[in-house]
Amino acid sequence: MEKKLTKSDLFWTFIRSNFLQASWNMERMQGLGYCFGMVPILRRLYSGNDLKQAIKRHLEFFNTQPFVTAPIIGITAAMEEKKANGADIPDGVINGIKVGMMGPLAGVGDPIFWGTLRPITAALGASFAINGSLAGPILFFLLFNIIRLFVRYYGIQYGYAKGTDIVQDIAGNKLQKLTEGASILGLFVMGALVNKWTSVNIPVVVSEITNAKGEVVVTTVQSILDQLMPGLVPLLMTFACMALLKRKVNAIWIIFGLFAIGIICYALGIMNVK
Amino acid sequence: MELSSIQIILVFIFATIAGMGSVLDEMQTHRPLIACTVTGLILGDITTGIIIGGTLEMIALGWMNIGAAIAPDAAVASVISTILVVAGGQNLAAGIAIAIPLAAAGQVLLIICKTVSVVFQHRADTYAEEGNLFGIDLMNYLALLLFGLRVGIPAVLVAMTVGTGAVQDILNAIPPVITGGLQVAGGFIVVVGYAMVINMMGAKYLMPFFFLGFVVAAYTNFNLVALGIIGLVLAIVYIQLNPKYAALSAAPAAEAKGGSTNAAEDDLDDELD
Repeated sequence: MEKKLTKSDLFWTFIRSNFLQASWNMERMQGLGYCFGMVPILRRLYSGNDLKQAIKRHLEFFNTQPFVTAPIIGITAAMEEKKANGADIPDGVINGIKVGMMGPLAGVGDPIFWGTLRPITAALGASFAINGSLAGPILFFLLFNIIRLFVRYYGIQYGYAKGTDIVQDIAGNKLQKLTEGASILGLFVMGALVNKWTSVNIPVVVSEITNAKGEVVVTTVQSILDQLMPGLVPLLMTFACMALLKRKVNAIWIIFGLFAIGIICYALGIMNVK
Repeated sequence: MELSSIQIILVFIFATIAGMGSVLDEMQTHRPLIACTVTGLILGDITTGIIIGGTLEMIALGWMNIGAAIAPDAAVASVISTILVVAGGQNLAAGIAIAIPLAAAGQVLLIICKTVSVVFQHRADTYAEEGNLFGIDLMNYLALLLFGLRVGIPAVLVAMTVGTGAVQDILNAIPPVITGGLQVAGGFIVVVGYAMVINMMGAKYLMPFFFLGFVVAAYTNFNLVALGIIGLVLAIVYIQLNPKYAALSAAPAAEAKGGSTNAAEDDLDDELD
């Protein structure tokens, strides 16, 4: 009798795939978590020695952006189904597909999910939350998770339906378009955030002039900078941080450094809260 | 403020969930927006929790696990700083200032746990030899519990001691020049997160869009929703007008970069046949 995965097998794999990183470790990273996700599929298809081999196959090294594992799980489920029905698929091929798709999919998943989706939904939520509105956290939680679960669910279905044909799709330009589009949106919003969601005030007085009307006009360093371009100092700070991060300086040290600058400048009266 | 035993238990449970969230990175329960809000709710002051969450979220915007890199730990920073502000009676700036070293310490603890969890992976190998699927499940859950307790235990220790005089004395000993300076730094500390996101994109040729976003925000009063829509429209128009994609759709045979030569050859073969 032909072995066939059921809808519920794929559904439980979807649920379990949410625990992909539960046992993330320095040796095989998402290896155990991947196998954990495949358990309903392996249980349906194999028994005895074949099962042992199948578990071992999926305990190998694996690591990519977590949400984009969904299509990979779908494909390997389809391949395992064929193999269980007697198709000649060597162990190495299944692992080859997994490892081969890891890199390209991380290249798509990282900028889309970590670079664009989370920063934008989080910044949107934070812009409400700073005023104490509960809408902020709720908005972030719902927006992010609805999109994430959609990608996880349909990713598995899509990978399972298309099987190895999906490799062609990944090589094609659809994903490239998506990644580039997401990067544009992400960078545009980052530009806006650097300008709007930062505040620097340098109240050092440059001149005090009594004008024709008898009013005292105080010119500070900050007012000159604002006339030049509002948000100039945060922009320069962003560039400095980018350069430091490129030199592999730990972000925490940069944050400590900025704290130190804040304290010293405040103590000397060079900077103030707006 | 001394916490009741129910509050301490709830803090422990939620901190453990947030600790699991920070390794799973799925539901985002470890992000300040969520973790500070829930901790605030448990301690009876949700509004303060939300405000800390929003402030810390902007600082942590770029904290992400890319590849094998391990980010500063938002979970431990969020939960403990909220306890110190709400129950410890600290102001927001001091809370944020304490959160940062906590995130660094949490990062170290996370690296240790991610090394220790190799044990579970190896134990799973043994279960594979036995064909024991339940053993595989168990190892994955136990490792998750380890990551959860990594935040749950420090959080409950702080929750139990926050009402005591010693902790209050230490917190009150922070001089005003430090808290004032931290408030000033709070205005621009967020650029580190922005820089991390920009670097992560690794698309220098798209930087004009960054500058456009900067200038549009500088001279308008648009909110984030409006700015996001403008960004989206720009992205769509860019993709539609980009000759790179136009050329590709006109010549579908050359669609796949890697396989383009093969595909062309196949077409040629077909024609020769």
